[in-house]
Amino acid sequence: MSKTPEKLINEKGLRLDGRKPDELRPVKIEVGVLSNADGSAYIEQGKSKILAAVYGPKEVHPRHLALPDRAVLRCRYHMAPFSVEQRKSPAPSRREMELSKVIREALEPAVFLEYYPRTSIDIFIEVLQADGGTRCAGITVASLALADAGVPMRDLVAACAAGKIDGKIVLDLTDTEDKNGEADLPVAMMPTAELITLLQMDGMLTTEEFEEALNVAVQGCKHIYEAQKEALKAKYIEIKEAVQE
Amino acid sequence: MIPSSIITRVKQKRIAQLISRGKRIDGRNLYDYREIQIETGVIERAEGSARVKLGKTEVLVGVKLEIGEPFSDVPNEGVLTVNAELVPLASPTFEPGPPDENAIELARVVDRGIRESKAIVLEDLCLIPGKKVFVVFVDIYVLNHDGNLIDASALAALAALTNTKIFNYEVKDDEVVIKPGYKKLPLRNSPIAVTFAKINDRLVVDPWLEEEGVMEARLTVIMEKEGKICAMQKGGGGYLTPKQILEAVKVASEKSKELRKLVVKE
Repeated sequence: MSKTPEKLINEKGLRLDGRKPDELRPVKIEVGVLSNADGSAYIEQGKSKILAAVYGPKEVHPRHLALPDRAVLRCRYHMAPFSVEQRKSPAPSRREMELSKVIREALEPAVFLEYYPRTSIDIFIEVLQADGGTRCAGITVASLALADAGVPMRDLVAACAAGKIDGKIVLDLTDTEDKNGEADLPVAMMPTAELITLLQMDGMLTTEEFEEALNVAVQGCKHIYEAQKEALKAKYIEIKEAVQE
Repeated sequence: MIPSSIITRVKQKRIAQLISRGKRIDGRNLYDYREIQIETGVIERAEGSARVKLGKTEVLVGVKLEIGEPFSDVPNEGVLTVNAELVPLASPTFEPGPPDENAIELARVVDRGIRESKAIVLEDLCLIPGKKVFVVFVDIYVLNHDGNLIDASALAALAALTNTKIFNYEVKDDEVVIKPGYKKLPLRNSPIAVTFAKINDRLVVDPWLEEEGVMEARLTVIMEKEGKICAMQKGGGGYLTPKQILEAVKVASEKSKELRKLVVKE
């Protein structure tokens, strides 16, 4: 077990990893990383490493789950046993089941499900290493995998958490900050129209602090959105260059 | 979203139309709750219990106490466990079997409210540090599903906890000896959940079953007694604007005060 640090923000106003309160961790995204999946993407956000794959639209199994007027969106958020300090049983935990549900509901508003009746679109999110913010990074990367699979969407979904540590509102909490902080507020949104598709909160915030944290999270999502677009473009630039050679 | 019974298109349209005019199909205003009835101490075998009726929605919560082991990272604190059962007798859409994602979400949202507001004084539930503590089992039993299970369950859980008694005990040579008599479970806060449904781009409070059937998104705000937010959860496959979320927080601040008076008698 790692020790609990006494202070999460130092005298200079910097966090344990040297970040400013409203600064994201370094984000690295790659699109189209798995050959079997219809769409896939990989993200590293600080020490969190997450892989997402999309299969579909395809026939629904079991068949009775098919809907006559739209596709079913299914989502599994899962953590690898070695992704956390103490080995996690590979069986889905209650936390993973709840997160699978809220992540699906965060992506659903973006997808034109009505274009593919009687089919399913399956999203698999595997957390390979967890250091806080995995549900948000999972949404960020899953929406890229959907785009990579060619599923028509209203917008990408970008996600980022805000929170409160040592009395201050900060962006993109690490695991240590989340565990020792006062509040955590994961947010996902479709950035173009600023529509929020995931909102959870635990901890304690006054209504004023909440408003500030929500704003910080929304700004964070916009930065993530830029990184998402860059990563998508990068894949096609690579293909273009390969073709020209 | 918990699957509801089938609603005809005509009715769906009617519900949405009325809401855009600031009215609801059952005659309520947008920010009105249904009638609430709370009864405590309904199960004598449980250390605490409560039955809440929210309109036709009915939830029973039983609290059981057991002696168990603490978590290694908090060796001096009691343990809280919340579980929810969507019992098949409560709705044609509930099936027997292990809790599904809806039941898990319900239990975890209620759990978060109690845990994050630090409602139970868990430090007082330690018997032998690092070895034996009280485990508080909060079991939510849905008896009739007519919408807004989260608020009804959170209310019933809080009412059951305020009604919970702990047996007296003595620690002798690392053994816990149970003695006659009881004291009250120590509580320091009272989290209240206020749930909204977004229908036709407007928010309504305490959606009932048919409103849940047509809602685009759901938002729960849990407020503690000082007026701080201690938990939130968005549900449903739609979106909310930041403006709607801030509006919901404002309404929840007011509504939670009204609801708290029904459970906590100062």
